[in-house]
Amino acid sequence: MSKATSAQVTPEPLMTLKDIRKSFATTDGEHLVLDGIDLTIQPGEVLALLGKSGSGKSTLLRCIAGLMAPSSGEVLIGDQELEGPNTHTAMVFQTFALLPWLTVQQNVELGLEARGVDAKERTAKAQRAIELIGLDGFEEAFPKELSGGMRQRVGFARALVVEPDVLLMDEPFSALDVLTAETLRNELIELIANHEFTISSVVIVTHNIEEAVVLADRVAVLGSDPGRIKALFEIDIPQPRDRDSAQFVGYVDQIYDLLTQRTVPDAATVNGKDDRASDGSPAGNDQPVPLTALPLASVDGISGLADILAREGTRTIANLADDLGLEVDDLLPQVEALEQLGFAEVQGGRVGLTEIGTEFAGGSIRREKLMFAEAARSQVPLIATIVRALERSKSKRIGAGFFRDALKRRYNDSYAQAQLDVAVDWGRYSELYTFDADRDEFTLDEPHEH
Amino acid sequence: MSATIGRRLSSPLPADVLVAIAVFLILFLIVRIVSAADVPLPPSNDSEISTDPTSLPYYAACSLLRMFVGLFFSYAFALIFGYWAAHSRKAERILVPTLDVLQSVPVLGFLSITVTAFLALFPGSQLGLECAAIFAIFTAQAWNLAFSMYNSSLTMSKELTEMSQLFGLNSWLRFWRLEVPNAMIGLIWNGMMSMGGAWFFLTAAETISVSGQSYSLPGVGAYAGIAIDEGNMAHVAWAIVTMAILVILVNVLFWRPLVAWAERFKNEQSTAQSTPKSAVLNVVRAARLPSGVGNARRSASGQISSAVTRFSRPRRTLVASSPTKRRVWDAVFWVVVLGGLAFGLYHLLVYVTKDSGFGTFIEPLGLGFLTMLRVAAVLVLSTLIWVPIGIKIGLNPRLSRIAQPMVQIFASFPANFLFPFVTTFLVATGISINWGAIVLMMLGAQWYILFNVIAGAQAMPSDLREAMSNMRVGGWLWWKRFALPAVMPAYVTGGITASGGAWNASIVAEVVSFGSTTLTAAGLGAYISEASESGNQQQLLTGVIVMSVFVLVINRILWKRLYALSEKRYSL
Repeated sequence: MSKATSAQVTPEPLMTLKDIRKSFATTDGEHLVLDGIDLTIQPGEVLALLGKSGSGKSTLLRCIAGLMAPSSGEVLIGDQELEGPNTHTAMVFQTFALLPWLTVQQNVELGLEARGVDAKERTAKAQRAIELIGLDGFEEAFPKELSGGMRQRVGFARALVVEPDVLLMDEPFSALDVLTAETLRNELIELIANHEFTISSVVIVTHNIEEAVVLADRVAVLGSDPGRIKALFEIDIPQPRDRDSAQFVGYVDQIYDLLTQRTVPDAATVNGKDDRASDGSPAGNDQPVPLTALPLASVDGISGLADILAREGTRTIANLADDLGLEVDDLLPQVEALEQLGFAEVQGGRVGLTEIGTEFAGGSIRREKLMFAEAARSQVPLIATIVRALERSKSKRIGAGFFRDALKRRYNDSYAQAQLDVAVDWGRYSELYTFDADRDEFTLDEPHEH
Repeated sequence: MSATIGRRLSSPLPADVLVAIAVFLILFLIVRIVSAADVPLPPSNDSEISTDPTSLPYYAACSLLRMFVGLFFSYAFALIFGYWAAHSRKAERILVPTLDVLQSVPVLGFLSITVTAFLALFPGSQLGLECAAIFAIFTAQAWNLAFSMYNSSLTMSKELTEMSQLFGLNSWLRFWRLEVPNAMIGLIWNGMMSMGGAWFFLTAAETISVSGQSYSLPGVGAYAGIAIDEGNMAHVAWAIVTMAILVILVNVLFWRPLVAWAERFKNEQSTAQSTPKSAVLNVVRAARLPSGVGNARRSASGQISSAVTRFSRPRRTLVASSPTKRRVWDAVFWVVVLGGLAFGLYHLLVYVTKDSGFGTFIEPLGLGFLTMLRVAAVLVLSTLIWVPIGIKIGLNPRLSRIAQPMVQIFASFPANFLFPFVTTFLVATGISINWGAIVLMMLGAQWYILFNVIAGAQAMPSDLREAMSNMRVGGWLWWKRFALPAVMPAYVTGGITASGGAWNASIVAEVVSFGSTTLTAAGLGAYISEASESGNQQQLLTGVIVMSVFVLVINRILWKRLYALSEKRYSL
């Protein structure tokens, strides 16, 4: 934060993102990942990009890094448009991205070598970075001999040694265990505060709300599908921050609330999708593509969470996640699934079972299955669509390709497949229909006797 | 190796057809040029080869030198073309099917043409023969290695690619620090495995007849060839001993140390329990010399790297080139390519059908069918014998530690050295070569199946094995439900390689001689072999094309499906 200004005048932003849109080609048209992103990176700030998976936060970071071109809009460095890999930045990667065949020292030197720094200076600079980051003694080690925390420290050193203006971090702590992540987070805060390296700003991508609030001066919360900036929080607490302070908890709860709000697709999107669905799908308007995505939760996860909620009553999601040692990404799909099935209610960041949900949690295996089936076919759009289509079909079997194509019109390929996989899982469990993987088709289960 | 084969089978049908035509046209062109050039053939030099067993060490050294020169060119080719295919969409569309087709062309049958071509390039010297032998080694290894490089480049982790872009690694650094180390293990394993085929090709190439004249190069292959011609069993035995020593030495002194050294390139999260070890490597590491060499290499590399940085423009990867311009170029490209292919194909057909019309194809097609039956018999027999044995070996760690290097040495041993024994046996018992050729083809091809099945059985998860014995699954049920499905992917990999090897071997296995006896089977291999011997280039070209088509079609119809099935259902 060496360039941080104490003056009150708004300084020139280091980078400016103007109306960034990014879509990926799918087999059937385009999938919009980012939409209308306007953002600046100010000198001397730590900016967190927070969102669920699928919110395009990593894509946004890659646009900033110049690794990906936005479909429209521009990334400006000062007032210069970005045309290739952004040399003002260096990135710390989620899974470290170290070269296993190079020693720690060689890995740290790599970026300098690429910039043509001569061998002597390279060694000296790398030595200093290694020392500052607490890696001395490990210079000659190979990455595979190191623990996860040590490996990520090498990732830090490698990025910092090239003295970037902006340090980019792509979920840098999510591949580490909880304790190690905490240690490294604190070290990062110290590094930033001590001005040991001449970096100006940090942009960190995370799905961990507390992590964002602990580290960042500003938190940009991204909504999903497509990713848009839902809100921009200025975290006005001096470092080091006390996680138990009312102010801190206040920020965390606010953000949780924002993230768990059901996304209501706006009118334009709804119309757009319906138009495309009606001329694309063989069944036309009879079987519209479900607008609400299936939460990517397994049946066991859903039923497990219901059991916990039945035992513990209504809880805040933040608290629950903390107790279970989970992060937003791990818990929210289950919460959403319970909510969609009508088994739970979410309000103000708190989740609790409904009456029918309590009955579900307490039921026998047979009973749970029946309740799940009932709720799924009446409440969950994709399941309902599949069941309806099967009931109408003469042969009682439909190729999965039909639903896959429909989903691909709305989602990218891998997300469409993930949706279908969940639909198969839920359908098999609830015995609403079965799936024949060899033929890739859904078949209706014979109606079972109760 | 399995992933490499998957890449090979991934090329789309229309591309394969177009590229196959292009490759045939290139063969055609070579044949035409060579026959038009009317190369003055030097006199036969067979008499220069000494039959004294004491010259064998020298011959072994000559063969070895050729082998390493060929290996060097194969690696150079693989690095360049594998990398290129992985990094350029356009190159990929052409190179991948090309390599697939080239791997299916029986180059052994084309040897007489390449020898003549190289003799024309270096008239009046033995260099032409040397080049032809080295080229034969090259064709046994290069395609496979290139697929290995291509596969490694494609499967490079996304984060490493992004890292190299963001930290501004220039192409030189990227290639040597990222791509080559990333591909190293695959390249070394594939090199080790394909050397087996290379010895076979080399020994066949060291003694060759072109239009009735026979030529030899000083080497073990030539020594064995002459011993076979003379019917001298003692000399054949000496050649076999020499070859065995050679194969074992190359393994112990070259490949084992390399495999142990390559451990450091393993991209894994933790240190493995047991790692390959090599006493030779320890000795080399302890020596002082290589570190001095290393320093010199590093400083040279650093200078090249900074030169590359100085001369490369800043990358503008985000700026797209105009799509209409690209489309126009694409259209021009396709018009030229398709036009050229149609023109060439017309001339090729005119050439091969000028004597007897399209009837020319009837004989090789029928013979190809016979050879196909032989290849099928080789596969069925190898499967019946070696799959159960391979599974048993693989499940016993002590046994597989001994067996695996041995099998690998068997696979490397050029099977044509053993042919005289089978030939004399056939003569003595009066069994027809039409059946005997199956055994001859099997001598080389079977090891690929055994080797891969052992590896597959070793990889069976131990908890699955425990579960099977816990549930008392035994007898046929154990094979049917557990062991056979579990080794399926490895078996398919071995089967594809064995099938390719058997087709190639048919060229030398369907016509065998020992002393004054020559046995000829009815088959496409014999057809090609005879055409090559008599210098009938029209027949040779037809035979080689028909055989390539057989291999390509079988790959597509049988192996591609088996591979897809085994990857989908049986991969553990």
